[in-house]
Amino acid sequence: MRVLAAMSGGVDSAVAAALAVEAGHDVVGVHMALSRSRNQFRTGSRGCCSIEDASDARRAADVLGIPYYVWDLSERFEETVVADFLAEYEAGRTPNPCVRCNEHIKFETLLDKATALGFDAVATGHYARITDLPDGTRELHRSPNTEKDQSYVLAVMGPERLARSIFPLGDFTSKAQVREQAAARGLAVSAKPDSYDICFVADGDTRGFLRERLGSRPGVVVDAAGEVVGEHDGAYAYTVGQRKGLGLGRPAADGRPRYVVDVRTATNTVVVGPAELLTVDRIAATKATWLIPADETRMLDDVEAQVRAHGAPVPARVLAADDGTVEVQLTGTPLRGVAAGQSLVVYRGTRVLGQATVSRAWRAAAPAGSRA
Amino acid sequence: MTTSAYLDHAATTPMSVAALEAFAQEAVRPGNASSLHAAGRAARRVVEESREQFAAALGARPSEVIFTSGGTEADNLAVKGIFWGRRAQDTRRTRVLVSAVEHHAVLDPAFWLAGHAGAEIVLLPVDADGVVDLDALRAELAAHAEETALVSVMLANNEVGTLQPVREVARVARQHGVPVHTDAVQAVGMAEVDFAALGVDALTVTGHKTGGPLGVGALLARRDLPIEAVQHGGGQERGVRSGTLDVPAIRAFAVAVADAVARREDRAAHVAALRDALIAGVRAAAPDAVLRGPDPALRPGLRLPGNAHFTFPDAEGDSLLYLLDSMGVQASTGSACQAGVPQPSHVLLAMGVPERDARGALRFTLGESSTREDVDLLVAALPAVVARAQAAGLVGGGRS
Repeated sequence: MRVLAAMSGGVDSAVAAALAVEAGHDVVGVHMALSRSRNQFRTGSRGCCSIEDASDARRAADVLGIPYYVWDLSERFEETVVADFLAEYEAGRTPNPCVRCNEHIKFETLLDKATALGFDAVATGHYARITDLPDGTRELHRSPNTEKDQSYVLAVMGPERLARSIFPLGDFTSKAQVREQAAARGLAVSAKPDSYDICFVADGDTRGFLRERLGSRPGVVVDAAGEVVGEHDGAYAYTVGQRKGLGLGRPAADGRPRYVVDVRTATNTVVVGPAELLTVDRIAATKATWLIPADETRMLDDVEAQVRAHGAPVPARVLAADDGTVEVQLTGTPLRGVAAGQSLVVYRGTRVLGQATVSRAWRAAAPAGSRA
Repeated sequence: MTTSAYLDHAATTPMSVAALEAFAQEAVRPGNASSLHAAGRAARRVVEESREQFAAALGARPSEVIFTSGGTEADNLAVKGIFWGRRAQDTRRTRVLVSAVEHHAVLDPAFWLAGHAGAEIVLLPVDADGVVDLDALRAELAAHAEETALVSVMLANNEVGTLQPVREVARVARQHGVPVHTDAVQAVGMAEVDFAALGVDALTVTGHKTGGPLGVGALLARRDLPIEAVQHGGGQERGVRSGTLDVPAIRAFAVAVADAVARREDRAAHVAALRDALIAGVRAAAPDAVLRGPDPALRPGLRLPGNAHFTFPDAEGDSLLYLLDSMGVQASTGSACQAGVPQPSHVLLAMGVPERDARGALRFTLGESSTREDVDLLVAALPAVVARAQAAGLVGGGRS
């Protein structure tokens, strides 16, 4: 096969490219440039976006003896991932930019361009496993490396895109194993530190980034009874479930910790309250996409729902409608701090069935006002 | 049938056998050309004989040759050194006139001077074929001669191959007493390069475009040209360019340039014939491709003989380059990269090419070893390559 290996400059994608070469594919490495002014993005050896990362990717491609190109996807990235990130926060929701990047950049723009150029598949260094059944069905599963598992952020791709994807690290059980493989092949990125933060937010300072792009919008923080308990610089910067950084001058009357329980952007108000207001067992979601046939999605029993990249899956029953909306009942443990905008991924065991975007979460028998 | 075609001779050429032998002969001998003992004297003699040979090949005097580490250093020395030298004579001289299609090795030092030394940069416009506008130069000098430090206009453009009217530029500037530098990196061995006849004050040459080694070049500079050193140290090269002389590289450079100049007419005729076949072949294979730079059939003598440059509508140069590479055809997008990110060419933009079209640029450059088979391989590959690149170019809604 002709395979395009997406190479971020990190160790995972370098080893993924190496494995694609060793599997006998005709491989070309491509580094995606996602920022026009490259110093805007964080610098240093963190895994993507900087000039050093582009050089690291080039060097890895040279070691593997494969052609290497840089594709400028910066405009598309700004239009989709960054714009969505800002719009979602501005609307009081909590986006996951990595999901949007996989949806719009890696498995749309990159994959489609690769297909148009005659490539059969795109290989990435994601930790997830693809399983092909004898009947031709292709399934997406969690990585056996539970700590690194990235199936959550990949769930957004539909079956047509999964069919053109390769995850060569799918069977790796540890990052150390990947680093060993890199070192064994003489890849200098073998000891490069992992990246954790959002790539376009410098120093992990999301609030600072939002303030810079959306401006300062002072407002008040109120408790569930409506009493003003503090001030803020922009309600958009707060996330339901957040406890740290509230900057409330005085403790709650009962002395218990307070959390953000609602972000009301219409009135630029942040509502705080005790932890129990965050507990939910019902979630409504929209824009569902599925990796299983639509007729199997009407009523999914005995599945699990996961609402954070590294959150725990909880037992659920999922009802999907034709318009892409989904209603989820948590049948076991309730969840705490589910924010609108988060991705809800539906699993059965290790298998990814589909995903949707949370629009609302509540407690079936709870008092009103605990909208998330 | 040939399976590989190298059509990127403007990027670099392999070292000629004669140059390599000359290099090897000097590389194993001891001696720093600045030393006073026998080995030093022997090295010095090699350098000076090379300087004489090199100067003679380019119509210059030996004392006008300043050896450097390559074309970029020579351009930096010319732009910064002449700016500082001229401004030291008269502080009003802060204007730097450069054509809008100069190589980054000229543009970037000029804009660096603007950012760090109070220079004011005037970009001289070009016509649709990339030929600099002499009327604009005349008007600038008529209005601001006393404030002008230097003019820099290249002899031949590295992307679209346009030959500039440098002789006329020098004549105009001389009337106003303003020195002229020209970057002749692409021209040596392909077009006539005669320092005295051109009438310029400084001229850049590099080794690796003419069968010489990488990492060596020269600035020809008139003795009466005020030029400050950029690199300071041991005072070599009349104090303008310090640094231990690279004897083997200088020897090989002189051999290569002398050889390239001696056989220039035969080479130019050979590559021009191939270039014309290439242009005809590309037009037949990709009817919507647009030749950029002067059309040799319409404006003869205005283009480097080995250069052909096209834009392909709705395709990205990068995609074309990759697809051709995968079929054994090696070409270039011709423009500079920023951290590996392809940028639309400032040369094409200056020629009035829309940014969208400028993104689909490919440059083919021929050299002495190029053959008809190289051209045929390109022409055979092109229809499928262009169709595929155009399909890929539509993905993501385009970019411009």
